[in-house]
Amino acid sequence: MTVGPLPLRPSSENSVASLDDYRGLTPAWCPGCGNFSILKTFKEALVELNIEPHQFTIVSGIGQAAKFPHYLKCNTFNGLHGRSLPVATGIRLANHEMPVFAFAGDGDCYGEGGNHLMHTMRKNVNVKLFVHDNQVYGLTKGQASPTTQEGTVTKNMPFGVFSEQLNPMALAVALDCSFVARSFSGDQEHLKSIVKAAIDHKGFCLVDILQPCVSFNKINTHEWYKQRVYHLEPDYDPTDRVKAFERSLEWGERIPIGILYRNSRLSLEERIPIIRDRTLVKQCYDINKLSDILKDFY
Amino acid sequence: MDYSIRIGGEAGQGIQTVGDTLSRVFSRSGYHVFTHQDYESRVRGGHNFYQVRVADRQLTAARDRIDILVAFDLDSIAKDAAFLAEQGQIIYDSGALKKKFDGRQFLDIPFTALSVEHGGSRIMANTVATGAILGMLGMGLDILLKIISGTFQKKGEDVIRANVDAATAGYGFAVKECVSCSFSTADKAEQKMLIAGIDAIGAGALASGCKFYAAYPMTPSTGIMNYLAGKAKDYGVVAEQAEDEIAAINMALGASFAGVRAMTASSGGGFALMVEGLSLAAMTETPIVIGLGQRPGPATGLPTRTEQGELQFALYTAHGEFPRIIFAPGDPEQAFHLTNKAFDLSEKYQVPAFVIFDQYLADTQWTHAGFDLDRLVYTDYRLRADALTGLSEYKRHAYSATGISPMAVPGDSRHVVVTDSDEHDEDGHLIEDAETRVKMIDKRLFRKIPLIKKEIAPPLFYGDADPEIVLVGWGSTYGVIKEAVGELSGEEKIAMLHFSEIFPFPDTDVFDYLSLLRNAGKTLCIEQNATSQFARLMKAETGFEFSALINRYDGRPFTVEALLGELRGKS
Repeated sequence: MTVGPLPLRPSSENSVASLDDYRGLTPAWCPGCGNFSILKTFKEALVELNIEPHQFTIVSGIGQAAKFPHYLKCNTFNGLHGRSLPVATGIRLANHEMPVFAFAGDGDCYGEGGNHLMHTMRKNVNVKLFVHDNQVYGLTKGQASPTTQEGTVTKNMPFGVFSEQLNPMALAVALDCSFVARSFSGDQEHLKSIVKAAIDHKGFCLVDILQPCVSFNKINTHEWYKQRVYHLEPDYDPTDRVKAFERSLEWGERIPIGILYRNSRLSLEERIPIIRDRTLVKQCYDINKLSDILKDFY
Repeated sequence: MDYSIRIGGEAGQGIQTVGDTLSRVFSRSGYHVFTHQDYESRVRGGHNFYQVRVADRQLTAARDRIDILVAFDLDSIAKDAAFLAEQGQIIYDSGALKKKFDGRQFLDIPFTALSVEHGGSRIMANTVATGAILGMLGMGLDILLKIISGTFQKKGEDVIRANVDAATAGYGFAVKECVSCSFSTADKAEQKMLIAGIDAIGAGALASGCKFYAAYPMTPSTGIMNYLAGKAKDYGVVAEQAEDEIAAINMALGASFAGVRAMTASSGGGFALMVEGLSLAAMTETPIVIGLGQRPGPATGLPTRTEQGELQFALYTAHGEFPRIIFAPGDPEQAFHLTNKAFDLSEKYQVPAFVIFDQYLADTQWTHAGFDLDRLVYTDYRLRADALTGLSEYKRHAYSATGISPMAVPGDSRHVVVTDSDEHDEDGHLIEDAETRVKMIDKRLFRKIPLIKKEIAPPLFYGDADPEIVLVGWGSTYGVIKEAVGELSGEEKIAMLHFSEIFPFPDTDVFDYLSLLRNAGKTLCIEQNATSQFARLMKAETGFEFSALINRYDGRPFTVEALLGELRGKS
């Protein structure tokens, strides 16, 4: 697919980024983890979009997905479990010329950070959230996550998961999230196209990336996903919200991947008048304004 | 001249408007003013009051004794008349209260009827009352009329005229009818600044270059958000209402990481939710100023009342070991300057800094001659574009002799800025090794603490230079302790020590306050809590134990009389 001009991209010094520029620490993920292909695909997308390491920030919380920014050179705020989105909001409001990407797992983002997800969608902060959704807790070794299939037996749930599986796509469409997409770590070309489309989109993006957990999820394996995922039809209209809701409910034998829904709502940053002309971080302390500060109290 | 006027009534009856207007008339007349409020956690009904004390000398506290009671409901008469001074007056509208009272102290003023007759509507009854009070005091009407013109400017000439007529009618009625009024007022002086503690914190943040504020509404901290949101346009501030307090502190940390000064605030219950974020600020060495407005707990407690119950909470909360700075201002002027100092030190040392206050300080209004803006400190400690581009390498958490690492603004150069809530190396990447862990603790904690300690001012001393009795307090009890010392100075060798820079605990090198305490016969620690939290901190830090403790934990502030009563009981 073709990518238009980057709405968020800071001015580059005409240098061309190469894959090597993003080299980070050696990943400590399990061999065969779906995260490797997400990392590789994301770096390739950055190279193709020519966004250099110092030009964007990744925020993350806690979990295997949250280690992502250590394995890729970039500005990084690796904060607390579930809290990546409020940190991302703060960064965007202080500097809306800085592209901000959040990387989280299904537990981090749909569980611990559920309230923040709901409200960041509502506010429509221009942050791109990539959820590594492996339907299980990896870092804490195999507990159920919000997207674990109902009935799945875990060590601490010997009678199986009682809660209904969370449907993040339907939730996002219901909240009129600005960009709602799903992809699969095993389909790298598709994933790259979705990553690039999300980076290009102006507004909050939720990209749910289905991926296997080779250590703790013996049900939703690479093969399980591979047999089920299919690309949305080329003539699918992602601007039809009711249709999008219908398709977002599809799960089980067949799982659609692609851009399920998008709209062109104004982002929070665009709505705040005082940062329209200039980012907050570029608005300097003005000592001359101080003399007026106490006038109200007379 | 030292009069207290209490306006009592139900929530929604406009007692706040009367109180605010009167206070402004007095401060513009050059008098000293002290106001406080007592209200229930409800929008309509209940019994509330607003009390204005006015004098021709400095005031720093409220008195129990009332000189004029404005009763907008029967409860005001039933509950508040007991505090009436011998020559005091109660004004009320028998038509509105549907009851008539006899006695020299009662003055029946038809607020509503006069409002209808002169203003053309019932809604100016409060303006009638305000005019009447000025008439009783024998003050002029000119300043009130100017305030009315200013307030209603946008509503047009007709509204101004109606209110002016209503005020004049109330004034005239009181002058004519209040035969037993024996009030006399001092000559007017140069107008004074009238400011509430909560606005002083907001103004202090603004004057410190605070650009970002995120919070969730909670009494008594909400006023800071209202103040900063009101200044957003003129001063370039983003004031974001977060979905919860956890989000609020994380948003502030994100903004601070991105390169702007940021603040959040709440009360104890909301701050409890922020605690993991406090720990995050410490680990990532991200500067943040936290306002903590105490109110009586546990849990929801008494939401609109006052307490100093969260000092130990602020001192010890959050997981892990790290430095923090805690200030507890005693009046609006201290609140203004200590908020400024909190911003400066938080950024200089990259540690969280608290401004602790309470409902009492938040709501009380004080008159000051003005704040000295030349005392404000502003240094931008962040590395921005030019300072960064020349660097051959950059490490966000680099080791240094001071423990302070260079704090770069992400995106301002080709260097990346990396930080992590995990223990990390100089680059900001997560580590597991013991050696780095120890070096980072040394850097964050042991190197910074002695430097921060040097920044802390000693307690404020007031009273007899060689005292036999020393009254000690912290935070919002400053004013009432000061007045008590003033009242007792004729009969005792008495002084006050007031702590507003509380943690790191002040050293004794500049002012040996410990010797002063040890040489005094009686040392009393006065706190608005049940467990003497400051006294315990004093003992932990210095080994000193007070000879007596005075505690109030009913949610109400100390008045001058109440504190004097306690002191006389203890001595």
